[in-house]
Amino acid sequence: MTSIAEHLDPTGVALPTETMIINIGPVHPAMHGTVRILAALDGERIVDADVQPGYLHRGFEKECENVTWAQVFPFTDRLNYVSPILNNVGYAMAVEKLLGLKVPERAEYIRVVAGELARVGDHLTCLAAMGMELGAMTVFLYCIRARDRIYDRLEELTGARVTHAYCRIGGVKEDTPEGWAERVLGDFDEIRGALDDVERLLLKNRIFMDRTQGVGVVSREDAISWGWTGPCGRASGVDYDVRKDHPYGVYGRLDFDVPVMDTGDCYARFYVRLVEMHQSLRIIDQALAQMQPGPVLCEEHRVVLPPKREVYNTIEGMIRHFKLIVDGIRVPAGEAYAFIEGGNGELGFYVVSDGTGLPVKVRCRPPCFIIISHMGNMIRGHSVADIVPIFGSLNMIGGECDR
Amino acid sequence: MSKAALEAIKKKFSSELLSEHAQHGDETLVVKKEKLVQIAEFSRDDAELAFDVLVDLTVVDYLIEGRTPRFEVVLHLRSTSKKHRLRLKVPLEEGAPKVPSVVGVWKSATWMEREAYDMYGVVFEGHPDLRRILLYPEFEGHPLRKDYPMARRQPLYRRPERQGDVWEQKHILSGPAAGDHFKGTYDLDR
Amino acid sequence: MGIELHRSQYLQELLSWARKYSMFVQPYVTACCGMEYMPLMGPRYDLSRFGCEFVQFTPRHTDLLFVVGTITEKQAPVLRMIYDQMAEPKFVVAFGVCASSGGFYQNYAVVPGIDQIVPVDVYIPGCPPRPEQIIDGIVRLQEMIQRGETHSQRELSGRATQGRQAG
Repeated sequence: MTSIAEHLDPTGVALPTETMIINIGPVHPAMHGTVRILAALDGERIVDADVQPGYLHRGFEKECENVTWAQVFPFTDRLNYVSPILNNVGYAMAVEKLLGLKVPERAEYIRVVAGELARVGDHLTCLAAMGMELGAMTVFLYCIRARDRIYDRLEELTGARVTHAYCRIGGVKEDTPEGWAERVLGDFDEIRGALDDVERLLLKNRIFMDRTQGVGVVSREDAISWGWTGPCGRASGVDYDVRKDHPYGVYGRLDFDVPVMDTGDCYARFYVRLVEMHQSLRIIDQALAQMQPGPVLCEEHRVVLPPKREVYNTIEGMIRHFKLIVDGIRVPAGEAYAFIEGGNGELGFYVVSDGTGLPVKVRCRPPCFIIISHMGNMIRGHSVADIVPIFGSLNMIGGECDR
Repeated sequence: MSKAALEAIKKKFSSELLSEHAQHGDETLVVKKEKLVQIAEFSRDDAELAFDVLVDLTVVDYLIEGRTPRFEVVLHLRSTSKKHRLRLKVPLEEGAPKVPSVVGVWKSATWMEREAYDMYGVVFEGHPDLRRILLYPEFEGHPLRKDYPMARRQPLYRRPERQGDVWEQKHILSGPAAGDHFKGTYDLDR
Repeated sequence: MGIELHRSQYLQELLSWARKYSMFVQPYVTACCGMEYMPLMGPRYDLSRFGCEFVQFTPRHTDLLFVVGTITEKQAPVLRMIYDQMAEPKFVVAFGVCASSGGFYQNYAVVPGIDQIVPVDVYIPGCPPRPEQIIDGIVRLQEMIQRGETHSQRELSGRATQGRQAG
């Protein structure tokens, strides 16, 4: 019997190859937004890729130009819909900058607490999705269970689980309910438990490490040139966190650390998010301890709606309410750019006003749009299977990327 | 930002500088478009300025205000090492608004310029790949311009059997402007 | 002839019962409603109690197209393509107001309701709807399947959906 080696071509098996273009998305088994990747493949290696966003372009800016300043808040909720409070805070800060308005201290603390809860929810979702896409379904369920607790707390505070519209220009909608702070602190055990479980299940897991370490490496120079901020930037060594470098609200009084790694791969991006969640819980702890009773909306009559008792019983209150709702807040003409640390990076709002109650422009500076703009270059040279951890670690939120 | 650094850039490009302000603490320079790339390179490479990040690039349309020039390209810059920020504004005439692309200076401009082109129709000369990004290639017009009505739909797909719906044909589909979906409250031609 | 008719009716009911409690779901998740879809499949608001656990990302293996979130004009032909690839009988649930009617996005970019593209069996309003609302919608769909009232089942059984009366 002849051995198979005799039948093989001694010069090596020569197969004709040409690059094949395949289409990945916009419907693909990833819980994250809809994005289409056209990949030119040589075997399994990606030679070139064209990332096409825009499948969730909902006309945020155009809608904002046709509603009053206060009516923009629901639209901002749906930008980064995994951490909606942060978008509300960013937009409110931009308009307050134009108005020159000072927000009461309790409102600042509540914004910080709710914002950090939203950030924990954002990172939990990212870890959950990343785990699930790499096959770790348990991680998904643990993180979603912990996130449900956060939704419960935010529902008690704002009235809605996902799209809160909680901030107002001049503060927040209403004060925290009775016993809310204790319930939030009580949930920390569950959240920390979930984070410990994720750490034990994934961080030293051979499969996870092989799939994420060394994959999707982004150098510090590239990260800066492409404008990366937030956890993705910090995983590449860009030591920039808006809360530390340009403290806003009451972040200057709170003590927390910012994790920065220099490997720049998917594992680093995952790990940075995990550590950031622990720091967010630290921030919430301190903020709840430092919070003092007080008003949550500033007293400026031309901006803030009067209390209902006044609206129904006094004519001035009714007229004020009517003018603010129908005409909108008269914001002085000018432009302002305010930025906060969103879940994915520097979330900025550039607002332009012409003195009327409707904005001229409300521009959201979307961190994940900037991050995904580099993705086409990043995945070159990787195999198709590497797209999954790369895309998962970048945490693209369709509402923010496409607006 | 240190006064000296701002003065340096104002002195070097004094012929291009149209105006400046520091409203609400944001330093802003309004410059002409011709030497935009040189200004960009200087702000990135100068040791005192060191603006190595282009934070945001967008366009504002001042048609309603009646301002000329109608468009203004707005760039927000940030320095990682010096931690200061700058806003550059470049006014553009109506007609065929063109401006040099800063992709060679900051890579983050790649997609932001594509979006500005998609939404406003501003052409960025020198951009390697200027095509629509958020909307589909069959879309006609530039929706964020103030003269584009918000509710004008350009459907890409329509279910075949729905064309027989009598009520819809009478009230919606056979309007004088084909493609307008809602009339009345939603036709906000502001 | 009467006996055969009775048997085939019984068979239809049996098939409907089997279909409604073993649905293979294609989650067409685009936007914020996805954030309520995740807890729905999670441990607290477990949807697998109702038989809709099995999630498939290829439409050819599914019978329920769960359109979760806003559908934009750019996405519309893709949605139609996914719907066309499904095998009969197929059901479509519009999850959220954006899928039902466009929500508060009435502008150039958003399709005002996916019924412009595919026939819809159940509309679940909400922005986003609570998981309990979605479960209510799924249970209604299951009742519709049992009675044979979904678009797909009516087409298959020859009873075409009557056109809407004007006004």
